[in-house]
Amino acid sequence: MLDLVAAAGNFAFGPGNSFPTVDQDYLLQARQMQAMSFVMHVPLVCFGIAFPSLVIFMEWLGLRTGKAHFTAIARRWSKVMITLFAAGGVTGTLLSFELGMLWPGFMSAFGDVFGLAFGLEGFSFFIEAIFISIYVYSWEKLSPKKHILTGIPVIAAGITGSMMVIAVNAWMNNPSGFSIDQAGQVTDVKPFEALFANGHLWPQLTHMYIAAYIVVGFLIAGIYAFAWLKGRRGAYFRTALVVPLAVACLAAPAQLLIGDWAARTVADDQPIKLASFEGLDKTTEGAPETILGWYEPDGTIEYGIQIPKLLSLLAYHDPDATVQGLDTVPEDDLPPINVVRVAFQTMVGIGTGLAVLAAWFLWTWFRRRRLPRTKWFYRAVVLAGPAAVVALIAGWVTTEVGRQPWVVYGVMRTEQAVSGADGIVFGFGTLIAVYAVLVATVFWVLRRIARQPLPAEIAALEEVADGTG
Amino acid sequence: MELADVPALLILAGIIAYAVLAGADFGAPIWAVTARGEESGRLKESGHRSMAPVWEANHVWLIFVLVVCWTAYPEVFGAIFSTLWIPLILACLGIIMRAIGYVAGGVTVSRSVTWLAAIASLLVPFALGAVIGALVAGNVPPGNAEGDIISSWLAPVPVMVGLLLVATSAYLAAVYLAADADRRGENDLAEAFGNRALLAGVVAGLLAVTGLVVLYFDARQFFDAMVSTNGHDNELGRLCVCASAIAGTATLWLLSIRRYGQARFVAAVAVAAIVVGWGLAQQPEVLPGLTIHEAAASNEVIIGLLVAVAIGLLVLIPSLYLLYGLVLGGRFDPLTVPPTEPARPGQELDGVGRPIVGTVLAVAAVGGLLLFTSDGGARLYLGLALFMAGLVSGIVLLARGLVRAEG
Repeated sequence: MLDLVAAAGNFAFGPGNSFPTVDQDYLLQARQMQAMSFVMHVPLVCFGIAFPSLVIFMEWLGLRTGKAHFTAIARRWSKVMITLFAAGGVTGTLLSFELGMLWPGFMSAFGDVFGLAFGLEGFSFFIEAIFISIYVYSWEKLSPKKHILTGIPVIAAGITGSMMVIAVNAWMNNPSGFSIDQAGQVTDVKPFEALFANGHLWPQLTHMYIAAYIVVGFLIAGIYAFAWLKGRRGAYFRTALVVPLAVACLAAPAQLLIGDWAARTVADDQPIKLASFEGLDKTTEGAPETILGWYEPDGTIEYGIQIPKLLSLLAYHDPDATVQGLDTVPEDDLPPINVVRVAFQTMVGIGTGLAVLAAWFLWTWFRRRRLPRTKWFYRAVVLAGPAAVVALIAGWVTTEVGRQPWVVYGVMRTEQAVSGADGIVFGFGTLIAVYAVLVATVFWVLRRIARQPLPAEIAALEEVADGTG
Repeated sequence: MELADVPALLILAGIIAYAVLAGADFGAPIWAVTARGEESGRLKESGHRSMAPVWEANHVWLIFVLVVCWTAYPEVFGAIFSTLWIPLILACLGIIMRAIGYVAGGVTVSRSVTWLAAIASLLVPFALGAVIGALVAGNVPPGNAEGDIISSWLAPVPVMVGLLLVATSAYLAAVYLAADADRRGENDLAEAFGNRALLAGVVAGLLAVTGLVVLYFDARQFFDAMVSTNGHDNELGRLCVCASAIAGTATLWLLSIRRYGQARFVAAVAVAAIVVGWGLAQQPEVLPGLTIHEAAASNEVIIGLLVAVAIGLLVLIPSLYLLYGLVLGGRFDPLTVPPTEPARPGQELDGVGRPIVGTVLAVAAVGGLLLFTSDGGARLYLGLALFMAGLVSGIVLLARGLVRAEG
């Protein structure tokens, strides 16, 4: 308990805080509505962060070598990019609406503390929207050199935009930069300190940023690995396969190191969240790591595989370190352990699998200077994209559900943040319907883009290479 | 004026930008579905071509308004969004539907997509208008969902404002599309849009007058603050209402003499003036019993916000200038003569020597080791910087090597 109070700074921890609890029968539905909107948005965010640099790299290859198939890939990808950006823009808009519609208690109390970051994120979104339009609509209308330059702000704005949103999330995990006075009012707000002097910002941002490159790299590579399996192996298809694969196969192993750093940050500042990842009931010196299994209400893990001292070693880089257990806080202050634990293990399991796949590819390349020849490699790459998306979402479930019951860790509970309005559950239903239409349209448009014929001279070369010409 | 008022001015400016820019995005599909026969296809295509490069940037003004509101006046934001969640989610659904229209519009012009966009075009201006109308009528008390979630916005004043916004966006769209068609030299299309603009302008004008009558009976206090002289000291507000009426009439005249380019700007002025008039009348109490000064965040927060906005505008204004310069200059219009690309002799990619690869690997390894063994402080961030530099260079080298061998 002491550690926890220290982690939450000077704020009241537990039911003693002064924010009123809201009478809302549908708190769970409100949370699910937020979660579904987020699950829709975050894979698109990955494309906003990572895809522009892939497209621009392709365009650069075309400029440098004068070979038409590089430029053809860049042009086709840029259409995909603006389609996904549009979907990302509107799903993100819904999220910002939901902050107010679902969590007015949170926004009224803390909007001023973190609002600044969303202001800067808004400007990043502006810059990204402006230059993505210029980039996509000005092929052949600007000189090639000017055209490639218009892509640079898109990459930069992708970095600053995601940084600002992560700054807010990091603040929710590790709140600071304000005080709560005797009357329970938030005062003495220092927005810059709250947002940018936070030890959680950089590990969370780096973790998400690399995740974006893994997701986009494997998803795009997966499409062309599928084409490879279908026998399309000309220069156009091979290039479109190897570039995203290069990105994903270096990002995936790097994520192991960054993930370790992120987990250590959680161990330091959110010990109960860490204990939930692991289902560790009692404070333990030299704590074991339990893989798989199911957390039982009595505090044990059924069917798990235990590895002695590994958790202490991973969390604190010391096999004998003491890890705080779940029983140090009241049950009311715990998240749903199995949701968090299964999500965490899913993320780590898939992440490790992707790193192994990457190692296979890198090993073959460095030893033999060629791509793997077995079909199983290409099948694995096809699966790696969706698996990476699952890991991404599992990671966000880990951090978001792991923070429960708090919306602002140790300061404000989710039931104090929620709207008191009736009928929210109907909004959820309508939203699902509209999102179904959005998803269907995006997939349909992407298929249409994929089926557009290649420029004639490239198509001819491809047919020769595939033996179909 | 005090510091606490400044963010409100930013919000007004954002609403004006959203209304005059994005308003037209929402109006355009209405004209696409109401046209018949051969003309219909051309109207649709022309509408899509004009709006597609700019709609996303236009849309961000809405986000800007929300963000400034929740940072500077968090209580106001919480009250509006909890009580008025129904029109707000309708607006959001409409925005998503409109985006579906643009996304699909890039590859096809199908009837169902146009209809979806047209429904969105009615939904979004109406719902956002109803939100403003609910504020005008004083139906949103401070607090978490303290107002009635239905009757707060399904009432004469909000409905009236909603209808007015639908008409306004249809009107703006027709004026802008007429100007765009005129620029491209498509005179018949310009005239088709010009006639529609005249029609919509008259309808919007009639709705505005009806709106004043509804205000008089249903929101007398606001009516007095906005237009009457009795007991109110809002000269500037009245001036804005007059300016809007004059500019609106002037647009109709410009349309009738086919000066579409000028009509575009005067129409925008008419809309901007009425928004300012509303903003000036919506004070000192922005919600019943809550003045804008009481609702404002601390000075430190507002200064921080203003610094952020200033930095943002420094980058945004030249970018917007570039975008609209290209669009209005016709640079995105389809090329009549495709450029004959001079065949540039390219260079093959060079191979990368072992020393470079070794250096990159070493930098990444040292960085990774520092990161892995530090618990914080400069050592950790140095490690992070080295590791990321090594990772990014490694990716570029690997991709080059693979392309050299395989591409």
